[in-house]
Amino acid sequence: MEITKEAVVGTLESSDAMIQIAPCGEIDITISSSVGAQFKEAIEKVIQDTLEEFKIKKAKIVVKDKGALDCVLRARMITAITRSTNEKIEWKQLI
Amino acid sequence: METANIKLRRSMLFVPGSNAAMISNSFIYKPDSVMFDLEDSVALREKDSARMLVSQALQHPFYKDIEKVVRVNALDSDFGVDDLNAVVRSGTDVVRLPKTDSAQDVLDMEKVIEDIEKDCNREVGSTKMLAAVESALGILNAKEIAFSSPRLIGIALGAEDYVKDLKTERSPDGIELLFARSTILHAARAAGIMAFDTVFSDANDEETFLKEAALIKQLGFDGKSLVNPRQIELLHNLYAPTQKEVDFAKKVIEASDEAVQKGSGVVSLNGKMVDAPIIERAQLVLQRAKLSGVREL
Repeated sequence: MEITKEAVVGTLESSDAMIQIAPCGEIDITISSSVGAQFKEAIEKVIQDTLEEFKIKKAKIVVKDKGALDCVLRARMITAITRSTNEKIEWKQLI
Repeated sequence: METANIKLRRSMLFVPGSNAAMISNSFIYKPDSVMFDLEDSVALREKDSARMLVSQALQHPFYKDIEKVVRVNALDSDFGVDDLNAVVRSGTDVVRLPKTDSAQDVLDMEKVIEDIEKDCNREVGSTKMLAAVESALGILNAKEIAFSSPRLIGIALGAEDYVKDLKTERSPDGIELLFARSTILHAARAAGIMAFDTVFSDANDEETFLKEAALIKQLGFDGKSLVNPRQIELLHNLYAPTQKEVDFAKKVIEASDEAVQKGSGVVSLNGKMVDAPIIERAQLVLQRAKLSGVREL
């Protein structure tokens, strides 16, 4: 799947994460998190896993995390990806 | 002595589907059902993100042991079919239909749900439905709605749209809702399903909330939609039986068990015949006591 435009999803409220995604020549992930000292690796894994799931090879991703659960991070990532591509969600493949 | 495992639905806690914090923690308040909302509480531009949040929450182990209801958008909106695809595949227990005006509304949504269940190999019929009636037309069609599908677990009243339709507004004593509440309740009971009351939106006004909750309990409602976790304990306590009710219910069940052991078709207690509705009522009282404890008078 190809990232063709910028998109943003989520909020900066507690237990949420704001994720910005944009076209880029490589995978470029920046993470800032209120719980980064403990969970930065786990957050990065959710981001990487989701990119792999959607076969995304090039994207700039900026994550501003406020203590979001893994399921929230994943939901925000999937929504950001779908907003930044022109492809419709295939529920059959996703769930 | 065994009590029947009746699913209690005293409290259905509304959780806005776009609110990540509430999605992340609403299970801790232990309502009987969590009701994720994809409809009125979600802004148009966030329908996609809310749908995805709810889809992920439905699959999360945090919500494994709690009944999950999702209020989806109407089928004739731009969002209804996508909502159903997301939540049925993610394993919601119940789909709540908004603004149900007719039996056909239920049948139309049931068809889409069934197609999705077949497509994702879920057992056909495993996704239950709850019809929310929110208009004068819906109230007048309540009986047909209640009988429309074996998937229906109940009918709920959505009062905000209903009073707008009546060209009135809600009052503390709820006189404007009496016909709708009575009609829904009779339709539900005639069809053997549950009846749920509307939300009381001022979470700070506990006194009026309790008056309304006492009224709908007395009318016969199984429970109520809630907008704030603080209302859960108040409601559960109200629905908890008294010690006197529990003692009587135990005697009824003991008499019933004894009659079964003796092979007798007739149950009697203190010389009086106990029939099936009294036994069912006793089971419900004990189930409520098990979950809510015993209420002090």
